Amino acid sequence: MDALLQQFFNLDVMAQAWPLVLKGLGMTALLCLAVIPLGLGGGLLVALASLSGSRALRWSVRVFADLFRALPPLVLLILIYSGLPFAGIRLSPFAAVCLAFLLNASSFYGEIYRAGIESVGRGQWEAARSTGLTAGQAFGYVILPQAVRNVLPDLVSNTVEVVKLTSLASVVSFTELLYAADMARSVTYNASPIVLAALIYLAILWPVVRLTSRLEHRIAA
Amino acid sequence: MPAPILDVRALRKSFGPLEVLKGIDLSVRPQELVFLVGPSGSGKSTLLRCCNRLEEPDSGSIRLEGVELMDRACDLNAARRRIGMVFQGFNLYPHMTALGNVTLALRKVLGKSRREAEEIGRAALDRVGLADKAACHPGELSGGQQQRVAIARAVSLEPTLMLFDEPTSALDPELVGSVLAVMRSLREAGMTMVVVSHEMRFAREAADRVVFMEGGAIVEEGPPAAMFTEAQHPRTRAFLQEIGR
Ligand SMILES: Nc1ncnc2c1ncn2[C@@H]1O[C@H](COP(=O)(O)OP(=O)(O)OP(=O)(O)O)[C@@H](O)[C@H]1O
Ligand SMILES: [Mg+2]
Repeated sequence: MDALLQQFFNLDVMAQAWPLVLKGLGMTALLCLAVIPLGLGGGLLVALASLSGSRALRWSVRVFADLFRALPPLVLLILIYSGLPFAGIRLSPFAAVCLAFLLNASSFYGEIYRAGIESVGRGQWEAARSTGLTAGQAFGYVILPQAVRNVLPDLVSNTVEVVKLTSLASVVSFTELLYAADMARSVTYNASPIVLAALIYLAILWPVVRLTSRLEHRIAA
Repeated sequence: MPAPILDVRALRKSFGPLEVLKGIDLSVRPQELVFLVGPSGSGKSTLLRCCNRLEEPDSGSIRLEGVELMDRACDLNAARRRIGMVFQGFNLYPHMTALGNVTLALRKVLGKSRREAEEIGRAALDRVGLADKAACHPGELSGGQQQRVAIARAVSLEPTLMLFDEPTSALDPELVGSVLAVMRSLREAGMTMVVVSHEMRFAREAADRVVFMEGGAIVEEGPPAAMFTEAQHPRTRAFLQEIGR
């Protein structure tokens, strides 16, 4: 029992690893701050394009979005980071990670927005346009707020997925939370830094997961 | 005779192989209330929706106060705010208060300040008897109240013409009266209106003209008294008798 505590919950080791883990947490936050807002924005563009009047645009966007949803994100990341150099395109780990996760996140967010937009009745659009609002105004003031409200639990759930996704960046030696913790493990010969990282993920994501359950409950009510 | 507010000529519209409007001619004079009736599927809603091009007509002419709406250069958004539209399903914005529903277009289309828009909005709600419901969301209002907010939303933009598509059909019978009362007061204030409805009592007392449509064409039209008692066309008679019962 004592050995177990020593190996996994060693407070001294955790304290020793803390500066490094904290740095990693900072990088994870940076990654999230880049990928989540850009993904939410990109997803909106994907949704608009996949509902556009132009057949060619609609179908090409739908095909690409399906592709990036079906492709395992790790495969996409390695393709971009290790594959693209063969085409003469060499991205930094941060850029590669951002690009890979952005493609993945926008595709998922896009699908969620699309469901949200389709859940708003046509009558809303007609009422708005009948008062002289432009298409952009009708979308921005009338359709989008209702669409987002209808799919808010899904948007939040997908954001949780994106945060979890960032741990994959460790495979291209990007020093985010997991990578930093694993570095600390290899220096200290002790698993406690990993446990520390896991606890940090839990502390951040557990409340959000609870929130989605409550949101779903509220919408079902 | 004064120039018509709305002048529709040879309007045609098909959905795929189905021809829904087969060359409609309809002229509405200032302050006139035109009551549009006809069996289900005869194209009444499609006709109204073509008047502000929510539905795109295939051909024909639509003039609003002499301005051709079918022109490519026509500013459709400017024209639409001059045509108030009231829907069977109210179509209020559920995420906004009653006042928010009314002020949105005042602010974004007419460019009024928030304060000015709210002043106009409150006056419009007052006009439909809902001054005390300004802060309510549509979900907190009865159907009749929602429809009156929808009317206020349209009226606040000071349209020159109002189109009503079965404004009371989705209402419980005891709520119909409050909406008809608002429509009556609009009429008394001189609003030009085209109304699709099955409220024949309202037609008798408020309409200037009853237009009977069937199969995408206008079969017959005339003053309500004449239409209800001595319609020329047997199909008009049959329909009005059936519905008037
Ligand atoms: N968007 C559409 N696509 C295809 N067909 C349509 C569409 N809108 C209407 N129609 C068809 O056009 C015809 C006329 O419809 P419309 O709604 O104008 O009739 P209406 O006179 O308003 O009938 P009701 O009294 O039932 O409201 C119907 O046969 C309907 O099925
Ligand atoms: Mg109809």
